[in-house]
Amino acid sequence: MIGDVITIIQDNWLLLLVGQYPNGPLGGIAATLILSVVSIVLAFPVGILIALARLSTSRLLLWPSTVLVYVARGVPLLMLIFWVYFVGPLVVGTRIPGFLTMLITLVVYEGCFLSEIIRGGIVALGRGQMEAARSLGHSYLAAMAWVILPQALYNMIPSILSQFVSTIKETTLGYVINVPELTFAANQINNQLLTQPFEVFFLLAIIYFVICWSLTRAAILLERRISNKRAGRGGTPTPPALEARALTAEP
Amino acid sequence: MEGFDLWAILGNAEYAAMLRHGIRFTFIVFVCSWLLAMSLGILLLVVRQLPGRLSNAVVTAYISYHRNVPTLVQLMLWYFGISALFPTPLQYWLTDHNGETIFAIIALGLCQAAYFSEDLRSGLRSISAGQAEAAKALGHGHVSSMRYVMMPQAIRNALPALINHTVSLFKNSSLAMAIGVSELTHAVQEVQSLSFRVFEAYTVATVIYLACSLILMAVGAALQARARAGGR
Repeated sequence: MIGDVITIIQDNWLLLLVGQYPNGPLGGIAATLILSVVSIVLAFPVGILIALARLSTSRLLLWPSTVLVYVARGVPLLMLIFWVYFVGPLVVGTRIPGFLTMLITLVVYEGCFLSEIIRGGIVALGRGQMEAARSLGHSYLAAMAWVILPQALYNMIPSILSQFVSTIKETTLGYVINVPELTFAANQINNQLLTQPFEVFFLLAIIYFVICWSLTRAAILLERRISNKRAGRGGTPTPPALEARALTAEP
Repeated sequence: MEGFDLWAILGNAEYAAMLRHGIRFTFIVFVCSWLLAMSLGILLLVVRQLPGRLSNAVVTAYISYHRNVPTLVQLMLWYFGISALFPTPLQYWLTDHNGETIFAIIALGLCQAAYFSEDLRSGLRSISAGQAEAAKALGHGHVSSMRYVMMPQAIRNALPALINHTVSLFKNSSLAMAIGVSELTHAVQEVQSLSFRVFEAYTVATVIYLACSLILMAVGAALQARARAGGR
């Protein structure tokens, strides 16, 4: 069985890596990673804006942003993808490519989830920071931009990284609207071979596992480091003042 | 495009029947996979408490596999991959008996069990060791201390995470359409392609999904309020 998996890799590694790229659209792992990186980067400012709207006292900002977040939390991502896929072209008037459809959906969806993370980070910081910044003469927005957000976002780096992992996992849904990414490539291979579905999908699961697991590990390590820093323990342990062990441990 | 007319879908007997069928399957998949996930999640937690490194390593591997592989890929692996390894008579039986629904329930249940188990474990870890010691001092054995002292508090602490993951299991039931389960998303796709009423079809489905999710969240909030009152 392992032999079959290796044969599949040897025959199709280019398709899994970049899809049909030079002769067709970019696909495979490359497309999956580009789609997830671009969507999380674009979702980030969207998330900050939604979080600020959710924290504001103006009803005009508070209500629409709250509704948006609840819709994103309550409706399956697949449903939102179909909204953009079928209704988007009717609104815009032209065809929207699958990749762009997926990108738009992920930016909105991830923006809403990131906004909850960012809002939590801002609330966890406490009111004192804002009050101190305001009393030093910053305006509300300046205090947000220079005092609150830098601290809140720094503390949120691990959560944002794990949200990135969820984004990678969510790009698989692009398969349903024929976006050429990794899952799509695996299905192409499966349709060519027809006889080894278990090996193909097992390989697919392993690839996703390797990517997501290493990023999850990175998030855990970062979290440990950041919480150490927050607790006042530096990255490098300070050497003890006196080598006490040398005096007593010698027989 | 004609004007927005929800009644064109809801008033049509054929479309309404398709939607009802979809809602029924969404709930079958959701309820069955929730029950599977919860029982398996508790079992995983129990196995993890056992002494010995092997059981711990097995559960850790299970959880990290299911948390790091996309749910859609897990569904496909079960439906296209693992099913191909079954003996032929069983494959025929599954084809005759809604095999895709069974595989969707298995895949979603096994996947969510990993999340539930982790939620319960972190709920359990947040209880101080003094509780277990006090239970022991009062004469409880390990099992009865778990049952009457530790788990009630652990579940209370884990409630917010369990509710979140219940809602996401409900949302993930829509992925079953990718392997051909005729649940709500699938039904709406069919209604949409038969009626050409894209806006109306998706509005109906979105409202149904949103209403169910909000009800789940509200039930969760009520449970949390009750647990808080009981904990005082």
